[in-house]
Amino acid sequence: MARQTPLYAAHQKLKGRLVDFAGWEMPVQYSGLIQEHEAVRTAAGLFDVSHMGEVEFKGKGALDEANRLITNDLARCADGQAVYAGLLNEQGGFVDDVVAYRFSPEHIFICVNASNADKDFNWMSSHAKAVRPVNRSNDFAQLAVQGPKAAGIVQRLTSAKLDGVGTYRFTQGQVAKVDCIISRTGYTGEDGFELYCAPKDAERLWFAILEEGQRDGILPCGLGARDSLRTEMKYALYGNDIDEVHTPLEAGLGWIVKLDKGDFIGKAALEKQKAAGVSRKLVGFELTEAGIPRSHYPILKDGQQVGEVTSGTMGPSVKKAIGIGYVPTALSTEGATFHVEIRGRPVGARVVKTPFYKKP
Amino acid sequence: MSNYPSDLKYTKDHEWAKKAGNTVVVGVTWHAQDALGAVVYVELPKVGAQVKAHESFGVIESTKAVSELFAPVSGKVVKVNDDVAANPGAVNDDPYKAWLIEVEPANPADYDALLDQAAYTKLLEAAK
Repeated sequence: MARQTPLYAAHQKLKGRLVDFAGWEMPVQYSGLIQEHEAVRTAAGLFDVSHMGEVEFKGKGALDEANRLITNDLARCADGQAVYAGLLNEQGGFVDDVVAYRFSPEHIFICVNASNADKDFNWMSSHAKAVRPVNRSNDFAQLAVQGPKAAGIVQRLTSAKLDGVGTYRFTQGQVAKVDCIISRTGYTGEDGFELYCAPKDAERLWFAILEEGQRDGILPCGLGARDSLRTEMKYALYGNDIDEVHTPLEAGLGWIVKLDKGDFIGKAALEKQKAAGVSRKLVGFELTEAGIPRSHYPILKDGQQVGEVTSGTMGPSVKKAIGIGYVPTALSTEGATFHVEIRGRPVGARVVKTPFYKKP
Repeated sequence: MSNYPSDLKYTKDHEWAKKAGNTVVVGVTWHAQDALGAVVYVELPKVGAQVKAHESFGVIESTKAVSELFAPVSGKVVKVNDDVAANPGAVNDDPYKAWLIEVEPANPADYDALLDQAAYTKLLEAAK
């Protein structure tokens, strides 16, 4: 039985098309994927991401404890700053990709993927030494307001000064009289906020944002648009583009790995891999012939399979068939060509610069 | 139900078929395009290809998903709608205007055995 977020009734009221996602009954679309995608690129979109999990480290040593679990460096952050990071296994593969929020050195808050929430919590619990993680997943709903008009909409609903909250910074305050963590983060490539609030307040906040954003053309958006938006940015989706056998170095996420900080799980494996050089890399590519790449389609070079597509779609903004996949390092440079096998037929593809989508 | 014209025949695979003289015109139903979402790619057979009833004759893709197209009747493809291949969104705009292929049936009686409007809408109701 799929779980429901606190916004389930709202999705029904707005006639969202509900599907099972990571054990949650989530809206895949409301008015239509392309319309929703466009709204986020040109105006604003509102997403229910309450299925995401949250884990908290609190008390003396919280920062050090969390820092031993993730690849990025919370010691280099200011209070009120967040980082994207990998939670790795000993082999350097991803247990998950997370966003870690530094409230203070004694209070670290980590947002994890819905599909991995229990696994992550167990992983963190079994590897934590001094500070025990607390699973807060049931205590938070999360709404993402994304798009060029998002900041204006949220600002009209709060007395918090959002101008001072830069990208990957956060603050706390009331939005539409609802207590929130107001975080300037997202998964769309657009400016915007992710708002964490109590489940009981989620519906009130949801409709307040929709009402306030109406004149800006805000639309409620489903997971379908979320996926096409993130694919156009080549943002990794756990389970597709990253998993327990691929490392951040292979995934092109070296920037979230701080090998010069203290020890963390997976560090030794990454150091070794970095010294040896990676043998495969996650690239973005376009098809040069008709077709659409999809996850698990084979990538071929000279008729031999050399890799696999991990994500792919017809990008609604780039208006091209785009894909993400692992290829041998020799094929990972811009302009390199290979084939994607689509229903038994090799279709031409070329590695391109990412993100696929660039703001006009 | 105006989404399912009464002068068409239907399949449980959500294709529609319409008799046009000696041939049968084939497309996907309103339900099929609604379930798919925005159609962004259509792959159709070539004129002259043989298709088999209830077997795949092509592929239709939305932003999210890939679905096969199933032939309502067996026979030879005599026309292909290249306009839809060039503008796949036409399937969402009007799935009954955006026909996909025209088939010369091997056995004309196959057409009569397809579902009528009442049987198809009943099938959709039952699937809800």
